[in-house]
Amino acid sequence: MSAPANDFLTNASRLTQDLRHRSIIQTALGKYEIVRDKSRGAFQDYAAARQAAAETKWEAINHLDKYLEELVAKLEARGTKVHWASTGEQAREIITGIVREKKARSIIKSKAMTSEEIHLNDALEKEGLTVVESDLGEFIMQLLHEPPYHIVFPSMHLTRGEIRELFQRELNDAPSDNPEDLTMVARRVMRKKYINADIGFTGANFAIAETGMISITENEGNARLTAALPKTMITLLGIEKVLPRLEDLALFLPLLATSGTGQALTCYNTMYGGPRQPGECDGPEEYHVVLLDNRRTELLADAEQRDSLHCIRCGACLNVCPIFRNVGGHTYGTTYSGPVGSVITPHLRGLQDWKHLSFSSSLCGACSETCPVKIDLAHHLLQNRRNATAEKSSLPWKLGFKAMNFIFNRPALYKLVAPFGRLGQKLHPIVKGTRLDPAYSWTKTRETPKIAPQTFKEFWRNRS
Amino acid sequence: MTEREKIFGRIREALSVEAPMPGHHHAAGRAAGRAAGTSVPPSAHAREWLPPVGDSFDGQLAAFAENAINLKADFQIAANHDELAALLCKLRDADGWKKIAAHQGELTDAACAALELPVLKTDSGYDVNELEQCDASISECDALIAQTGSVLVTSRSAGGRALSVLPPHHVVIARREQLLRDLPAAFQFLKQKYAANYPSMISFITGPSRTGDIERILVLGAHGPKKLTIFLV
Repeated sequence: MSAPANDFLTNASRLTQDLRHRSIIQTALGKYEIVRDKSRGAFQDYAAARQAAAETKWEAINHLDKYLEELVAKLEARGTKVHWASTGEQAREIITGIVREKKARSIIKSKAMTSEEIHLNDALEKEGLTVVESDLGEFIMQLLHEPPYHIVFPSMHLTRGEIRELFQRELNDAPSDNPEDLTMVARRVMRKKYINADIGFTGANFAIAETGMISITENEGNARLTAALPKTMITLLGIEKVLPRLEDLALFLPLLATSGTGQALTCYNTMYGGPRQPGECDGPEEYHVVLLDNRRTELLADAEQRDSLHCIRCGACLNVCPIFRNVGGHTYGTTYSGPVGSVITPHLRGLQDWKHLSFSSSLCGACSETCPVKIDLAHHLLQNRRNATAEKSSLPWKLGFKAMNFIFNRPALYKLVAPFGRLGQKLHPIVKGTRLDPAYSWTKTRETPKIAPQTFKEFWRNRS
Repeated sequence: MTEREKIFGRIREALSVEAPMPGHHHAAGRAAGRAAGTSVPPSAHAREWLPPVGDSFDGQLAAFAENAINLKADFQIAANHDELAALLCKLRDADGWKKIAAHQGELTDAACAALELPVLKTDSGYDVNELEQCDASISECDALIAQTGSVLVTSRSAGGRALSVLPPHHVVIARREQLLRDLPAAFQFLKQKYAANYPSMISFITGPSRTGDIERILVLGAHGPKKLTIFLV
């Protein structure tokens, strides 16, 4: 078993029994479900909107070369410096290079999962920089020295009491455990940081090819300030974020909000088309956009699962997933958790090391059902299982299936061995729950289905 | 070979195999024959799917007002400029404003004159620390969106990037004819107004700044304004 699989199993079995954790997650997601359903219900035709979004993303991803060229030409025409990174390491080098050139000492960041993906903060801190996460949830996780728990709700597993203790310990400022008071602490701390930061760093939700714009969705205003005050702005953008036309946002902004937080529209949806332009009174003097591949092109090359690049990182599939809701976000050990993380991580970080995520699924299909761009995640999990087994399977596994194949193809033999199954099941309670049980890892938490006392053929023959 | 060329190389090689359209498992690439950009975009009918908004001005105004309440924004209608001045002064006195920030504009200039307070104008550069100390900012906008209760601002129409987010109270003054029906109309409007030269920042502001990062409990004024007041003249 791979080391990540081992960690996954250890943490999963710990957290599935943690009732406090479960109740925090269920409460938070219960609130999400109510508002999400209300926002979905406000659409005149949500199904059609979802289908159009899926087709728009299909168009963008399947003509990615064309739209990326258009995007970059438009960005460069207005003075944005565009950089290309095949790997996370190259992206880190490009960004630390800009930092050195600017002799920057502090950098303020708005939420960016791509930066988690390439472990940017560590690299920047090694350069001697002060890195500040400005999104409240990310700021809390940074103080805790933990990665975000969820791609949209980074600190959803913490209670106000825990956050108060954290603020008291790290900031020496926590008047009460009232969420408003705690938010105001972060607001006060951050205000100075925005004004003093040399560089503002952001992620992106969409990139518009037609007009050369980066679209950022947020609620707090932290990205707006990050993009307004520092003299240099950097955006790290996965190459799959492209949308063809500006008006596509009329569909994608409400869909992202509805699926992401349950809002009809988030508080700030902002499009950046470059550094400060002639005649404008503020904004960064320099704007750098770093385009990140980091094995996205490998996912693109798998035509069967290419649509997993359609993902808009709304987190809706995490929120409905019975596995995520029980094992929690950190158990995955990946930047992207939940169903979509289980689908793409094997492509981004190696199938054999991360195949266990695709097996840790009930295949209930809730993820495919909720995805606003109709990625068939449940089927992709099955395909990962198939690919993993085709590439490498253990001897007992192979022998088992060979034996099953041999017996099931020979009715006489099947008839002969069927009673052994019944006998085996009768004897099973003797070893069940002990290490002597050959199926211990499966049966320790499950009941085996009862084998019928007689086969259908026997029943048919014996009927009166 | 540059990284750009390498990435494009990998993309083109990957795309040499066609992928199925979502929702059409068995018809590999139902629309694959359709060259990109040559047919009607899938999002062209967004208006028919998004939340409904009436055709009449009164219906749209009512929708905007209802959305503003739900978003915890303050929406007030002023019959004329004198009434607007009175409403602004009421707000000033209630909140005890001592200094405000604004940009040059017909509506904002009139508002600043009526308020009789020290004003920081952002139009030709400003000190960020000074802007941060202001009690409120007053700006115009490009449009109001009835469907979502949003205010559409740009770096050109609303005094730059920071004016509408840094001070704790953002006051928007809009004209009646700036009310647009829905998001598709807003993007169409942006294209018509700016296609030749877009401002470097375009932002849909939908209510005052908020967060739910602590136990998913709504708190207003996370980093941006705690209050958003919208006046329609």
